Amino acid sequence: MAGDILFSVDELSISFGGLVAVDRVSFNLEKGAIFSIIGPNGAGKTTIFNCINGLYKPDSGVITFKGEEITGLAPHRIARKGIARTFQNIELFANMTTMENLMLGRHIHMKTGIWTGATFFRRGSRAAQDEIRHRERVERIIDLLDLQAARNQFVGALPYGTQKLVELGRALALEPELLLLDEPSAGMNSEEKQDLIFWIKDIQDELGMSILLIEHDMKMVMDISDRILAINFGKPIVEGLPEEVQKHPEVLKAYLGEDESFDSAA
Amino acid sequence: MDMKRDYYEDIQLLDSKVLWFWFIMLIAALGVFPFLSPNYYIYMANYMAINVIVTVGLNILVGYTGQISLGHAGFFAIGAYGTVLLMSYLHVPFFLALVAAAFIAAFFGFVLGLPALRLEGPYLAIATLGFGMAITQVIGRWQVFGGRMGMEAPPLTLFGVNLETDFQRYFLIIPVTFFMTWAARNLMKTRVGRAFIAIRDSDIAAETMGVNLTLYKTLSFAVSAFYTGIAGGLFAFLLGFINPSTFNFFLSIYFLAFVIVGGIGSIFGSIMGGVVMTFLLLELDKIQEISFLGIGQMLAAFSERWMTLVGLPNIASIIFGLIIILLVVFEPLGLYGFWIRTKIYWKTWPF
Repeated sequence: MAGDILFSVDELSISFGGLVAVDRVSFNLEKGAIFSIIGPNGAGKTTIFNCINGLYKPDSGVITFKGEEITGLAPHRIARKGIARTFQNIELFANMTTMENLMLGRHIHMKTGIWTGATFFRRGSRAAQDEIRHRERVERIIDLLDLQAARNQFVGALPYGTQKLVELGRALALEPELLLLDEPSAGMNSEEKQDLIFWIKDIQDELGMSILLIEHDMKMVMDISDRILAINFGKPIVEGLPEEVQKHPEVLKAYLGEDESFDSAA
Repeated sequence: MDMKRDYYEDIQLLDSKVLWFWFIMLIAALGVFPFLSPNYYIYMANYMAINVIVTVGLNILVGYTGQISLGHAGFFAIGAYGTVLLMSYLHVPFFLALVAAAFIAAFFGFVLGLPALRLEGPYLAIATLGFGMAITQVIGRWQVFGGRMGMEAPPLTLFGVNLETDFQRYFLIIPVTFFMTWAARNLMKTRVGRAFIAIRDSDIAAETMGVNLTLYKTLSFAVSAFYTGIAGGLFAFLLGFINPSTFNFFLSIYFLAFVIVGGIGSIFGSIMGGVVMTFLLLELDKIQEISFLGIGQMLAAFSERWMTLVGLPNIASIIFGLIIILLVVFEPLGLYGFWIRTKIYWKTWPF
C-alpha cells in the first residue's frame, strides 16, 4: 500500500428524529485499499454510504475525498468527483438493456447534448462518435464481468445474481477512484460469490480502484479486506486489520452472541 | 436475428435493408397521398401529423422521464398564440416565429418543471393542470390575445409561396413532423434521452451515477413543451383561427390519452397513437352518418331520447372512452404493444 489517504470520514453523525443512526464514526481509506464496514443489520452501514454519496446530509462530521471536503454536496456532484456505488436492494434501470445501463454509467464522461444528440444522422456525426467510443469502453467491462449473454437483454428480466453484476458494471463504467459496494454478494450462491471475490480483487489490482465494502459474508470480508471497521448501533466498535477485528470480543458479541468464534460460524 | 457488426448499428435508425425498403415506401406513400385524396383527408392527415408531434413530445415527458402533465394544452396554446402574435404584430417570418414560440413554450416548460422537482404523481398532475387552466384564463382575458373572441392566423408565406390550402400546408406540416419525430427518436438513443429514462426507472441510481436531477427533469419538461409549442404553431394555421376555448382542459386529457393509447415510452407508439386517435376524434363526430343497418339513425334516436337534444356528442365521447378503456385493459402498452405482438407472431409463425 502506498499509504496515501484517499478518503476519510471524520466524526460523522446523523440522526433521524430521536434515533442516532450514525454516531461519530471516523475512518481513513488508503489509496488502492479495500476497506470493509461490518455490523449487524440496522447498525448504520448503509446510512454511512448514503451520507458519503450525498443522498443524506450528515448532522455533523467531515467527509474528505482527495484532500477536498465533499460533505453535503449533491449526489451528482459527488459522482463527478469519482465516487460510484452499488445498492443493497438493486437500483437498476429495469427497462434498459445491460448495455444501456452501463452506458448511463458513462454519463459524466460523455458530451452529447440535446441538439447534437437529436440530429446525428451518420457514423461520423459527433453524437454517433461519442456513442461508439463509449460503447467500446463499456464492452470491456461487459467482457470483464462475463456479461455478454445479458448484453442486449432488459435487466429487469435477468436473474438476481446477474443484476448484481450489472450494477457493479454500471458503477465501474463511471471509472471511479472510490467504489462503494453495498452487500455485493447478497443473494448470490457460493460459486457466484467466488467469482465476485475474484472480480473485486481484479478491480483493486488492475483498475486501481479503492473499495469501500459493506458485506455480511464474513469469509469474504476476512479474505479481501485490508482493514475493517465494525460498528453497532451506529457506534464504532473497533477498526483494524482483519485478524484484530475478528478476535475483538465486542465484535464477537455483537455478531454471534457470547462464547463463539467466526471459525465455527463459517 | 440480424447480426450487428459495429456499435453504430446499435443506434442507427434503419439498420437493415428491409427497414430501408419500408422507409422508402413510407416516404413515397406520404408524397403521393395528397395528389390522390380528397381535401378532407389531407386536412385529416395534417391534423394527425400535428397530434403526432404533441404525442411524441408528451411521451418524452410522461413515457420516458416518468413525469406527468395535465397542462400540455397550455404549451399548445403558447405555441399557437406565440406564432400568430409574432407574425401579426412583429412581422417575424413564419419559421422564425414558429421556433421562437416553441422556445417560449419551452421556457414555460422549464419553469413548470421546477415544482416538479418536489412534486410527484397526483400532486404534479394537479400542479400542471393548474398551469394549463391558468394559461387559457390569461389568454381569454387579455386583449392582446384577442380575448374570448380569439385571433385569426395571418397569411402563411414560406419561401415566397402563400400556403392557402390544406394541400399546400401538407408539404409544410409533414416534413416538420418527420423531422421532429426523427429527432426525438435520436435523442432517446443518446446521452440525454438515456438520462431521462434512467430518472424514470430509478432516480436515486441516476443521481448517484452523476445525472443532475434538477437539470434533467426541467430539461425534459422544456423539450416536451418545445414539441408541443411547435405543434401549436402549426395548429393555428390548420384551423386558421384560434380562441381560448380551443385549448381547454380536455385537450390536455386527450393528449395524455394519445400517449397511453399509442404506447408509453415508445416513439413509434406515439405516431400510432396520434394517428389513430385523431382519426377517431374526427370520425366519431360523424357517427350518425353511418347508414349500415340504420345504426347511425338508431344511435341518433337514442342520444336524442336519453342524452342531448341535438346530435351525438355524447355517443361519440362514450365510444371514444370505451375504446381507451378496452385498449388499456387488454394491452397496457397500447397500440405499440399490439404491434410488437403481431411482429413476434409473424416472426415465429407457424409455431
